[in-house]
Amino acid sequence: MALTYALLVQGAPYTHQAALSALRFGRAVVERGHRLKTVFFYHDGVHNASALMTPPQDEVHLAEGWRSLHRGQGTELLVCVAAGLRRGLLDEGEASRHGQIASNVAPPFELTGLGQLLDAMEHHDRMLTFSP
Amino acid sequence: MTPSQSLAQDLAELDLIVVLRHAPHGSQWVREGLDVALVAAAFGKRVALLFQGDGVLSLLTGQQAGPLGQKGTHPQMAMLEMYDIETLWVSGSALAQRGLMPDDLMLPVRVMDVEDCRAVAHAQLPTLVF
Repeated sequence: MALTYALLVQGAPYTHQAALSALRFGRAVVERGHRLKTVFFYHDGVHNASALMTPPQDEVHLAEGWRSLHRGQGTELLVCVAAGLRRGLLDEGEASRHGQIASNVAPPFELTGLGQLLDAMEHHDRMLTFSP
Repeated sequence: MTPSQSLAQDLAELDLIVVLRHAPHGSQWVREGLDVALVAAAFGKRVALLFQGDGVLSLLTGQQAGPLGQKGTHPQMAMLEMYDIETLWVSGSALAQRGLMPDDLMLPVRVMDVEDCRAVAHAQLPTLVF
């Protein structure tokens, strides 16, 4: 039976294994015929959404990995706005609201509230947390 | 009603368990975990908090923002009652390991033994760990 999955990612990219394990798990979910509906980035996991992420070419590109899940599956890539603002992750709207000189969160990543995390827990069959 | 019956009743009525395992200062774990609990309660979810390990320190009385320059989490703790989050579970062994008693804590809690924690795990409720 195909299940719908949500992931909660709380680890910063490259600092800890959590984000890469979450991405690999997300790909495996899809390969097994399930649906990865939502990835929610919280705590230091919000750094996964940086549009400026520039790893060396011989390393996995985490942000690109998340974007490819969105392209293939329509997976929602949700970033907690409060956790993001504190850590300097802003989309164009937030950057202009706060008078910042630049933004670094772009679609398909979306800044959103914690209500969306609770929605994902409630509406999908499985929710897994990846923390450092 | 015996304590284990009241725990079973709590478990039957809950929508979400938020586990807090970190000390209140030095990281954002407790703050951001409590944020999830408060938002869930504001959405009408019935939430329990389970304090384990250093997480029990976030319940200590007499906290201040302090010299670390962070806001601290005690103002959020004070808001729990207003959001009807009154199911507060504390690991008895975590308290004992830190030389603490329930009287040292700012809110009334249920002290959990190993059997209680086993019952919580077996209930398989939606759980977020911070």
